[in-house]
Amino acid sequence: MSDERTLDLLETKIQELRELNKQDGIDLSAEITKLERKLATLREELYTNLNDWERVRIAREPRRPYSLDYIAEIFPNFYEIHGDRLSGDDRALLAGLAHIDGHRIAIIAQQKGRTTEENKERYFGMVRPQGYRKARRVMELAERFAFPIISFVDTPGAYPGLESEENNIGGAIAASIACMLGLTVPTVAIIIGEGGSGGALAIGAADRVLMLENAIYSVITPEGAAAILWKDKERVKEAAAALKLTAPKLHELGVIDDIVPEPLGGAHKNLQETARTLKEHVVRHLDELLAMSDEERLEARYQRYRTVGRYSILKD
Amino acid sequence: MPIFKDRQYFRVNLEKKADEALWMRCKSCGELVFKRRVRENNNICPNCGEYFFLTAKERIESLIDEGSFEDVSSPIVADDPLEFQDSKSYVQRLEDAQEKTDLPSAIILGSATISEIPIVIGVMEFQFIGGSMGSVMGEQICHGIEEAISRHCAFILVSSSGGARVQEGVFSLLQMAKTTAVRARLAQRQLPFISVMTYPTSGGVLASIASLGDVIIAEKGAMIGFAGRRVIKDTIAEELPKNFQTDAFAIEHGVIDRVAKREDLRGELETVLRFFQEER
Repeated sequence: MSDERTLDLLETKIQELRELNKQDGIDLSAEITKLERKLATLREELYTNLNDWERVRIAREPRRPYSLDYIAEIFPNFYEIHGDRLSGDDRALLAGLAHIDGHRIAIIAQQKGRTTEENKERYFGMVRPQGYRKARRVMELAERFAFPIISFVDTPGAYPGLESEENNIGGAIAASIACMLGLTVPTVAIIIGEGGSGGALAIGAADRVLMLENAIYSVITPEGAAAILWKDKERVKEAAAALKLTAPKLHELGVIDDIVPEPLGGAHKNLQETARTLKEHVVRHLDELLAMSDEERLEARYQRYRTVGRYSILKD
Repeated sequence: MPIFKDRQYFRVNLEKKADEALWMRCKSCGELVFKRRVRENNNICPNCGEYFFLTAKERIESLIDEGSFEDVSSPIVADDPLEFQDSKSYVQRLEDAQEKTDLPSAIILGSATISEIPIVIGVMEFQFIGGSMGSVMGEQICHGIEEAISRHCAFILVSSSGGARVQEGVFSLLQMAKTTAVRARLAQRQLPFISVMTYPTSGGVLASIASLGDVIIAEKGAMIGFAGRRVIKDTIAEELPKNFQTDAFAIEHGVIDRVAKREDLRGELETVLRFFQEER
């Protein structure tokens, strides 16, 4: 099977032929059409038969849209707010105020960097304790004014390291989960790329949890699982498959509510289209949540989390 | 895929099996010590004071009034929702762990008293797949909290866990949210939750229920940390201080309230329980 790079190369070549066609008055239209068809078939073949590891690769694809790309498309009046009011402003976790479909909302979003320089600032989307405290501060703000919260999850995981441990990363994640579950306002979480373990759950414990088609959500990275359980870092493909971390599999297991379809080849092939689809999904879920009374919604949220898990009941 | 369907749930009791070996060698000081003396001394070496590992049963015994324990766990055992297979199948891992520990899961849950104060207590068993939290542990913790609410008493959780159970994937991850959601109900009723962190308290257990105690007491010698040294090394290759993720590190950085020696833990619990019990 061809890989994405090969297909991209083919696409570039077709583009070159098109230009040649125009310039020299040589008629290559028939050949070009043929090649375009071939490309479409190959692409369809590639992306309808993605294995789990390939989806992990797409979820981490450097050209994949990040939170700010969707925010720019969906929330033109996004007003960013900063800081945890205690120790700093974590650039891996953004927050802000925005409108969607006539509603005022608060946004909490994990943000990866596009360049090396930006990744230095954003820690590759790995959130530190101050980031989770910022999330909590914004959740409390939203609660005061009854703004629904929309969170964008995209992190390899919470930032591991001395600084994080010194600032109680475990406690910060726990407090963020507790705060989110204790809100009265409706909450919608969208996993847009990587949903890395507790670092993702900290802003993902919502009333509704959506995933983009090629996003992943897992208790551990395939690399981590391969190292710990297979004692072999190379066995990431098996680990990825075993973890059932893709949107279709998690939907089947009943742990996410909805899958947001992506264009063939992934969200980066057409940001506008993906953002439009994403917005439709978010608005629909938000409307459903807003149609419920607070009591109904809080009870539904409680039951959702109280009952999660799979076990067998035995005769006593 | 459900397993053990045909089996009966077995209740934990604290009766001891006879131990054949009379003597053991302390790994720390090298002295040959009388095994019964070690047991009577909370598994602390009578010669040098080294802490030996406590099983969950031994831990409970060391904390509660003798004869007060009653298993109140839910009659459930693990499923294999992902049909997980690594170098060993999850089903096999579970069977091996049950065999090794003589426990149905990685947590014991019971009602008991400490100096006649009623409590519900959960204790994790590290020997059972690293004390990892999967669906069963999450459910037992929630069940324990609900038991405490219905008995109108405190809930104590003694953690000894490597974190979430990888073999149950996202279901394990979501136990963090589950236990957190239920823990809030205890607070709504003004019932105290005392979290005791022992060696080790890490990963998803630390980043959820264990960190949400009204009072958090660590046992001396506990290891407390979110990401292990290996993960940190693999991700950011950072130099770590010698006392990294020790009880001293945790108290210095405000992660926990207190550090208690093993022999003082029971007394600490009694003090806290008495305080919260006043004038109710």
